[in-house]
Amino acid sequence: MTTILLAPFMVKALIAAAVTGLASPAVGTYLVQRRLSLMGDGIGHISVTGVALGLLTGTSPTITAVVVAIIGAVAIEALRASGRASGDVALALIFYGGLAGGLMLVSFAGNGALALQSYLFGSITTLSTSDVLVSGGLALVVIALCLTLLPQLFSVANDEDYARTTGLSVPLYNVLVSVLAAVTVSVAMRTVGLLLVSALLVIPVATAQQFARGFRSTMLSAMIAGMLASVTGVVISAYVDVPPGATIVLVALAGFTITAPVGVLLGRRRQATVPFEMPEEPEQQRVLEPHRHQHGPGCGHLAVEHGDHVDYIHDGHRHAVHGGHYDEH
Amino acid sequence: MSTVLEMRGGGVTLGDRPILRAIDLTVEAGDVVALLGANGSGKSTLVRSITGLLPLSAGSARLFGQPIDSFNQWPRLGYVPQRSTIAQGVPATVTEVVAAGRLAHRRAFLPARAADRAAVRDALEAVGLTDRAQHQVSTLSGGQQQRVLIARTLAGAPELLVLDEPNAGVDLVSQQAIADTLERSARAGATIIVVLHELGAFAPFIDRAVVLREGRISYDGSPDGIRMHDPHVHCETNEDPALRVAAPLTGMELP
Repeated sequence: MTTILLAPFMVKALIAAAVTGLASPAVGTYLVQRRLSLMGDGIGHISVTGVALGLLTGTSPTITAVVVAIIGAVAIEALRASGRASGDVALALIFYGGLAGGLMLVSFAGNGALALQSYLFGSITTLSTSDVLVSGGLALVVIALCLTLLPQLFSVANDEDYARTTGLSVPLYNVLVSVLAAVTVSVAMRTVGLLLVSALLVIPVATAQQFARGFRSTMLSAMIAGMLASVTGVVISAYVDVPPGATIVLVALAGFTITAPVGVLLGRRRQATVPFEMPEEPEQQRVLEPHRHQHGPGCGHLAVEHGDHVDYIHDGHRHAVHGGHYDEH
Repeated sequence: MSTVLEMRGGGVTLGDRPILRAIDLTVEAGDVVALLGANGSGKSTLVRSITGLLPLSAGSARLFGQPIDSFNQWPRLGYVPQRSTIAQGVPATVTEVVAAGRLAHRRAFLPARAADRAAVRDALEAVGLTDRAQHQVSTLSGGQQQRVLIARTLAGAPELLVLDEPNAGVDLVSQQAIADTLERSARAGATIIVVLHELGAFAPFIDRAVVLREGRISYDGSPDGIRMHDPHVHCETNEDPALRVAAPLTGMELP
């Protein structure tokens, strides 16, 4: 029963699935934070031109796809940053240009149209050893950069203006995320295909952020979720005659659907445990700490009406004048 | 005494519209300056030009003796934005957001050192959010989120603190906590430039008020002088709320 999983083509498929599953959500977390969830899709469409160029010229489609995807990703970022087009319009412009260009080029390549299929929908079971090594190497570089530059990339994605005032080069880090996304898409196109690549970047992040509280924990759990979905999808497609790419994406979606109720419950509980912060409850108690001044209108301490008198908020508690001293209220 | 900020004839234009005109402003080390003025008077724009986020279209400005457009002594500058995106998108913990305040001191690719972690802890303690360190930022109240922003900046131990309306939409408890935190920083020798709608809880430690009006400085001096100079700027903590409620009816202007 397990022998099919040990066949060489299957081992290669499983390794490729695991590394793409790990790398995609790592980049995806930054894209989701920057509200560029569909960027992966845009880059996927541009990559069609890259693959077509590879098929036409007889070079490795993976390499041409990486190069063209990087150029496209930087172009999207430049359009967005220059304010010439908003994020989504910038995506759309490049998106369709890349797709149309690729289809045009591939029509010149004769039977290239058939070969293009395996990039559009993935062809994880036909990977060569060098394919796996290249994909694995690129994926490891992506993961390493996503994790080691997490503080900087997080700060830029979380609050761009503030990041600028700590001396971070915001354009540099934004372009880096785009380049990492482009590389990831090119790696993942053999696993799930260019049309579904964005799913692997985004869905595991959506799943993880239902129960994770922090950015790093969201990224790490998304990576695990992405890897589980990818490996599970490949295993299922080994036993049932279904396309691996689509299966991976559906497994990832199933993971999201199953965990959604848990996330809603957790969210409610968290809201309930974090109520409004209330001032210390009034406890009648004479205060001994010295006062530099008499509390009164304009003394600088907030005045709060409290029944028949006025309290002054003082170092986090309330003082009420009583005879020659102050009571805690 | 050394000069922290020196702006000469500073002007900022957004689109085709001049927002700030002929701003002359000098801030010495240890000054605690409140920037006051009505909505749209240019307070936030001035703060954004001081921190290098908006370029000057006229005049010049130097921060710690360095021209602002080539400024790079980032650890000395601490900016607290008014509205922030910290609670949007992917979840983030309070500690993660505050740790971003250490990045001016850190190098890329190197992990946080013990000093970085200690600074984050101290900053959280200073704003009274130690018990919320591992909470998700988006579950905090508006006032607590504002305190997170201040802790983030304090974690960088800056010499100059520039705060843009730290009191906007903030509950009373947080307002007082923020005022106390800044008072301690001021006592410790920090230079503070803070945009405020009214002095409120900040009054005890503000030693200079700068009032903006239609993009120009209309008053620069002791906070006590504001009332006589400009009846529209309040500096008292316990203004009559009834006046504020009635303002739309009586047509009275409020700051």
